[in-house]
Amino acid sequence: MSTVLAAPRAWRRREGLRALVWLSPWLAGFAVFFLYPLAATVYFSFHRYDLFTLEFIGLDNYRYFLSDERALVSIGNTLWLVVFMVPAQVLFALGLAQLVTRLKAGAGLFRTIFYLPSLIPTVAGTVSFVFLLNPATGPVNQLLELVGVTGPDWFGDKDWSKPSLTLLGMWGAGNTMVIFLAALLDVPRHLYEAAALDGAGAWRQFRSITLPTISPVLVFSAVTGVIYALQYFTQAMIAARVASGATDSPGSSFTPGYPETSTLTLPQWLFHAGFRDFSMGYACVLALLLFAASMVFTLILLRRFRAFDREVS
Amino acid sequence: MNRRFITFAVPVIVMTGTALTACTAGKESAPALGSQPRASGSAAAALPAATLELWHGFSADSEVKAFEDAIAGFRTKFPQITVKLTKGVQDDQITQAVRGGTAPDVASSFTTDNVAQWCRSGVFQDLTPVIEQDGIDLSVLPEAARAYTEFEGKRCTMPMLADAYGLYYNKALMKGNEPPKTLTELAELAKKLTVRDADGTIKVAGFIPSVQYYENSPAHLGPMVGAKWYNPDGTSAIGSDPAWKRLLQWQKELIDWYGYDKLDKFRKSLGDEWSAEHPFHKGKVAMVLDGEWRNAMIANDAKDLDYGTAPLPVADDRPELYGSGFTAGTVIGVPKGAKHPQHAWELVKYLTTDTKGLVTLSNALRNVPTTKAAMESPELKKDPQFQTFLDIFSHPKTSTLPANVNSVFNQEAFSSFVQAWEKGSVKDLDEGLAGVDKQINDKLKLSGG
Repeated sequence: MSTVLAAPRAWRRREGLRALVWLSPWLAGFAVFFLYPLAATVYFSFHRYDLFTLEFIGLDNYRYFLSDERALVSIGNTLWLVVFMVPAQVLFALGLAQLVTRLKAGAGLFRTIFYLPSLIPTVAGTVSFVFLLNPATGPVNQLLELVGVTGPDWFGDKDWSKPSLTLLGMWGAGNTMVIFLAALLDVPRHLYEAAALDGAGAWRQFRSITLPTISPVLVFSAVTGVIYALQYFTQAMIAARVASGATDSPGSSFTPGYPETSTLTLPQWLFHAGFRDFSMGYACVLALLLFAASMVFTLILLRRFRAFDREVS
Repeated sequence: MNRRFITFAVPVIVMTGTALTACTAGKESAPALGSQPRASGSAAAALPAATLELWHGFSADSEVKAFEDAIAGFRTKFPQITVKLTKGVQDDQITQAVRGGTAPDVASSFTTDNVAQWCRSGVFQDLTPVIEQDGIDLSVLPEAARAYTEFEGKRCTMPMLADAYGLYYNKALMKGNEPPKTLTELAELAKKLTVRDADGTIKVAGFIPSVQYYENSPAHLGPMVGAKWYNPDGTSAIGSDPAWKRLLQWQKELIDWYGYDKLDKFRKSLGDEWSAEHPFHKGKVAMVLDGEWRNAMIANDAKDLDYGTAPLPVADDRPELYGSGFTAGTVIGVPKGAKHPQHAWELVKYLTTDTKGLVTLSNALRNVPTTKAAMESPELKKDPQFQTFLDIFSHPKTSTLPANVNSVFNQEAFSSFVQAWEKGSVKDLDEGLAGVDKQINDKLKLSGG
C-alpha cells in the first residue's frame, strides 16, 4: 500500500522540482531585476548614499521627505495628472474610436489622422506643441485673437500648464484609440439589433452592451494610463524647459517644474534627487513612494472595475 | 548520464555561466595619482608610452577642432603619448563611468556645479600632491577660479577656460547714453530706452530684469550687489544677507514698471538664446547681461551689430564692486580609476597652465584663458569688447558660486523662489527668503553637512 502511494508522491516531487528548474531562468530574472532592486531600494533608503560613500542615517531620508516642499508639490501634480489627465485621455480615445466606428465614409482616413500624433517622437511632439501654444508667436493664440479671444499662456501659466499637458496627452491618444477601436468592432452586432428592437436608446445600448463588453480593455487602458501618469516625466520636463527658455550654463541650471513648480512630477523630482543632487538614499524613498502609489492605484482600479462588472452583469 | 542529468544540468549550467559572466565584470584597481614615474622638468621622455582617453563636453565641429589644436602642443612635447578625445560627454556620464570602473584618464566639465560632489566622493582625484610635487604656483589663477575648482581643501579639478559675465549694449539703441554703472542708472536707462506700442505692448526693452531671461540667473546677478550665498559653516546666507533683498526689490520695481504680464509676453516672443535670432542681435533689447562668448556669436551671426561691452552695474552703495562680475568655467581633472594617472596629470597640467595651449583654445573658442600669463600673451586675440571680460575675470572682487555639494539644488530652490517673487506670488519677502534658507539648510543636513 505504502509503495503504491509513494510512487505518485515521488513522481509529483520530481515533477515539481523539474518545473522549478525550468522556471529558474524566469525566477532568476525576477529576483535580479525586481526583488533585488526592491530590497536594495529599501536598504538604501535608510542610508546617505552618493553612489560612492554609504552611511547609515536611519529615518532621516523619510523625515526629510516630510519637510521637502517640492516633493509634496510634485506628488500633488502627479495626482492631478492621474485624476484628470488619465480619464480625459481614456474618454477622448473612446470617443474617437466610437466616432470612427460610426463613420460611413472616410473612416480609414480619420483613423490615420487620429493615430498619426502617437507616431511622433515624444520630445519632438512636445516641443512642437509648446511652439504651437506659444502665447506670443504660436498660431493657436493668433487664431484665437482673430475671433476676439485672448488665449492663455498655456505652458507659462501655472494654472494652465497641467491642462496644457493634458491636451498634449489627448492629442497623442491614438494608441489607446486603436485598442478601443478593436474592442468596439468586436462587440457582437446582434446585441445592438436586439436591444434596438426592445426600444433601447443609444445611451442605454452603450451603457448595457458596449461598456460591459469592452470593460477588460477599459481596465487595461485605465491601469496602464495610471501607471504612465505616475511615471510622467519626458513631456513635463521638455515642455517646462522649452517654455521657460532656460538652458544649463555655469551658474544657471534649469529648474524643473516651470512655471512655479506646476509641472514638477514625482519622477522628475526623484531623478533630480538621485542624479542631479546625488542623494540616492532620498531618491530611494521617493521611488518606494512611487511604487506604493502604483500598487494602490492599480488595486483600486481593479476592484472598481470588478464591482462595475458585477453590477452590469 | 541520462535524461534526468540533462534535465537538471542544462539549466544549471546556463545559469551558472550567466552568473559567472556577470561576476567577471570586475575591475583591476587602477594606479593612484603620484604612484607612477613622473616627467619632471624637461625629462618628458621619462614617461613610458601610453594612450590617454580624454572626455570633454565640446560637441560642435569648430570646438572639437580647437581642442585638437590645443592638444597638438602636448603631442609634440610627449610624442610617446597618444591622446584619444571623446566629445559631447555630460557630467553624469563621467560619474557613471567612474562608478562602473571605466573612467577615462582625463575628464572635463562645462559646469562647476558638481565639483564639490566630485571632490567629496572622490570621483576626481586630489591633485594637491602632484601640484606641490611639480611646484605649480596656483596664484597664477584668479582667486575665483581657484575657488570653483576645489572643495574642503581638496583640489580635484583645475580651471581650463573661464566664462566671465558683463553688460552688452547696443550702441544704436543707447541713443548716446553711456553704459550704466549703478543699479539706479540701469533702471532709469532701461525705462528710457524701452519702446512700447500704443497699447503698452513692449517692442524694444531697455533691459530685462527677470531671472527667467537667459543668463539672468541669481548666481550671475548676485555679484552686482556683492551678495553672499553661504555662511562660513556652509549654511545659506540668502535670507540674512541684505544684499539679496536689495537686489530683489530693485528687480521687482523694474518688472512692475514694465508690467509682469507684458514683460513675460515680450520675453516669450524672443528668439532662442543660442541662435542667430537672439534678441540682442536683433535689436530687441538694448542691454543684456551675458558671457564673453556672446562676442563670438555676434561676430558669426550679427556682423553689422554696433555694440559695446562694460562691467555690470553695481549697487549704488557698493561702487568698489564696479569692474567685477560673475565667473565660472570649464574644469578638468583626473578621475578615480584613470589607467595612466601620471600621464593624465601631465595632460591636465598642459591644458590648464601651458600658455600656448590656453591661448590656442581661447582664440578658437573665445572663452577667457585662466592664467595671468595667457591673458597677457601677445598671441591672445584681444579687442576692446573681449578685453572687458578679461578685466572682469581678473578683477579682485569678481566672485563665483562657491562649491557646494547641493549646488544645483540650492540654485533651483532660489531661482524658483525668485520666479514666484517677480510674478508677485510672494507676499512677504523676508519670510520667503527664510523659506529658501530652510530648504537649503535642510538639504545640507541631509547631505551630511
